[in-house]
Amino acid sequence: MNQAAPAVVTPTYDVTLENLFEHPEGRRVLTCIQCGMCAGTCPYGEVMDYPPRRIINMLRAGELEKVFRSDSLLSCVACYACMAKCPRGIRLTEVLLPLVKEQVFINLPETPAELQKALENTLRYGNPFGESSRKRAAWVKTAGVPIRILSEDPRPVDVLWFVECQNSYHPRGQDVSRATARLFHALGIDFAILGNEEKCAGECARLLGETGLFDTLMDYNMAVFAKYKFNRIVTSGVHAYDAFIYQYPERGFRYPVEQTTPFLARYLDKLRPMLTRKLPYVVTYHDSCCLGRHNGFYEEPRALLKAIPGVRVVEMVHNRVNSICCGGGGGGMWLDTYYKAKGYERLSERRVKEAIATGADVLAVSCPYEISRFEDALKVLGYDQKMVVRDVVELLAEAMEA
Amino acid sequence: MNLVVLMRMVPDVVEELEIAPDGKSLDQEALRLIVSESDDHALEEALLLKERFGGRVTVVAPEAPEVADVLYTAAAKGADRVIQLRGVEPGLGVAAMAEACAAALSAIPDLLPADLVLTGAQSIEDLDGLVAPLVAHRLGWPYLGVVTAVSEVSNGTATVIKEFQAGYRGEFQVSLPAVLGVQAAEKPPRYVPVAKVRAAMKATRIEEFEAPQPVPEPLQDVTIVALAKPEATGRAEMLEGSVEEVAGKLCELLAERGLL
Repeated sequence: MNQAAPAVVTPTYDVTLENLFEHPEGRRVLTCIQCGMCAGTCPYGEVMDYPPRRIINMLRAGELEKVFRSDSLLSCVACYACMAKCPRGIRLTEVLLPLVKEQVFINLPETPAELQKALENTLRYGNPFGESSRKRAAWVKTAGVPIRILSEDPRPVDVLWFVECQNSYHPRGQDVSRATARLFHALGIDFAILGNEEKCAGECARLLGETGLFDTLMDYNMAVFAKYKFNRIVTSGVHAYDAFIYQYPERGFRYPVEQTTPFLARYLDKLRPMLTRKLPYVVTYHDSCCLGRHNGFYEEPRALLKAIPGVRVVEMVHNRVNSICCGGGGGGMWLDTYYKAKGYERLSERRVKEAIATGADVLAVSCPYEISRFEDALKVLGYDQKMVVRDVVELLAEAMEA
Repeated sequence: MNLVVLMRMVPDVVEELEIAPDGKSLDQEALRLIVSESDDHALEEALLLKERFGGRVTVVAPEAPEVADVLYTAAAKGADRVIQLRGVEPGLGVAAMAEACAAALSAIPDLLPADLVLTGAQSIEDLDGLVAPLVAHRLGWPYLGVVTAVSEVSNGTATVIKEFQAGYRGEFQVSLPAVLGVQAAEKPPRYVPVAKVRAAMKATRIEEFEAPQPVPEPLQDVTIVALAKPEATGRAEMLEGSVEEVAGKLCELLAERGLL
C-alpha cells in the first residue's frame, strides 16, 4: 500500500504555454505519436471538437488559437484518464490541458450561469454553494464527539483535518464529516480543524482554467496554515489532496498530506477490532479519479471495505485505472446544466448504470463530490430504491456502532 | 458617450443580520457588505452600451468595507475610471445618501457632463427605489426607472425599455443627459476571471474624492422606531401516512380552501 509520502513528481507550476518546450514535460508532448488513446479513453472524447490528441496536433501546427476560441475543453472533467493511458507518458491532465483550459476559460464569450455563480461564491465565501463562510463549521455541533477548532484553541496539534467545502456544507457531506470525526476519535487521533477560517483549496477552479481564483485561495489557505502548529494534514477532499501535493508546494507548502481513506487504511489493524457490527451489504467501490488514477490508491479503500464484517465487495466493469469519472472534476460539478443543454449524457448516470449492473446494494465512494452526484443519478434513473451511496468512512462508522 | 455608474454596498443577506443594541439599526460589526445586485446590472448595462456605442464608463462608489474589490472588479470588466467617494458612509439613509452622491457627481473633476448616470432601480436598503430619482431630481435631469434595456442612443436621446407585469414592455424616449434606474441589464453581469481582477489591482488607481461638505444629515421627519427579526412560527403541518393517505388529506385540504 502507498505510504504517507507524497508522490515524487517534477514540479510543473512554472510551465507556461510560452516556455512549454524548455521544460522536460513540455518537450515530452512533442513525442506524441497521435495514437488517439487519450481521445478514446476520454469520457467526453466523442463530444469534444478538440480531444487531447487534436490539441497536441493543433499545438504542433501552431493553431492553438482555434482551441482557445472553442468551448470544447469545458467538457474536460480533469479525470486523468488520458494521462493514465498515454503510451508516451505525457502528463496531459497535469501540464498541457490546464494551460490550454486557462486560455479557453479566459476567452469564453459567456460563462455558463451555474458555473459563474459557483466561482463567484467561491471567491467571496470560500465555498461554491454561496453559504456563509461563518457557518462552515456549523456541523461540528452535531458531530457527537468533541472537535477542536484551531481559532478557538490554537495549541499545537498532530493532525490538521482539512474538511473541505462539500463535507462542511452539503447535508450528505456533513454525514461523512460526522463519521470521520467519530473514527478519528475512536482511533485516538489528536486532530483539529480550521473551522470558519478554512476556504476551498481551489483545485477544481484551477483545473477548470480559473487559475487566478486558485492562486487567491492558495495564498489565503497558506496564510492560515502559517498561523498554527501541526504535524500533518489529513483532508477529506481528494481534489484538495491533489492541490496540496502538486500545487501548494509552489508557495512553500511542506506538510505531509494524506486523504482520509488511505489515512484510515494505515490504521486498519487498530480499526479492525472496532468493526464489530455486521453489515450485510454487497458493495461496489467507485475509484475516484484523483485518489485512484492520479495517485494510485486503489487497494486502500477496498481493504477498508473488506475489513467490515458482512460486506462483500464486487467490482464494476470499469474499475481501478479504468474507472469512469463521476463528471464532477475540473469544474464539471458546476456544468451539469451546460452539459445537459448540449445533450451530453451525465457521466454520473453512465457510472451508476454500471454500479447497478453489479447487483450491489451499496455504491461506496471516497470523493466528496460523488455522494450527491451518484444519489442524484440514482434518482434520475429510478434506481434509488435499489442502491444507496455511502462514503467508505460512513460504512466504517456504521460498522463501529454497537 | 460618457456613462457614469453609481454603485453602492448593501448588507449581504447570506450572512445573519443582527440588530444592534439600540434596537433600531443593524449591528455594523456583524454586517458584511456586498455590492447591490441591481447596481451590478447597471454596470453591466453601461459596459454593453460602451461596447455598442463607444465611450467611457466611470464608476463612482461611496466608501465602505470591500468597496475597493468592487471597483477593481469593475475596472477588470472594462470600466475606464473608478472613484471612491469619501465621507459618504453607510447608514446615512437613502435620501441623504442620494443627495450626497448627486452633489459629489457635480463636483468630481472631469466627470460631468455625462450622457447617462446609471444605478440600480432598487436595493435591499432602498426597496422604494428612491436613490436614482432623487439623484435625477438633484441634477435636474429626467429619470426613467425599472429599465431593462437601452436600445438606441443617438442625437441627444436614448430609447429605453421598461418591463411591466406579465411581460409587457414599454419603449420610452428620453433626452440626454438622463438618470436610469436599472432593474436588469440586457445580459446577466459578466464573469471576470480573478487573474484579470488581480491584474487590475496592479494597473488601476482608485481615485479618492472627498464628498462636498457638509454631507447632508439623515432626514429627521421619518425615524426608525424599531427593527425586529422574523419570528419563527410553527405553522407548517406535516402530512403523515401512506402515499394514499397523504394524497387523500392533501385533496381534502385543497378542496377545503376552494382550490379543487
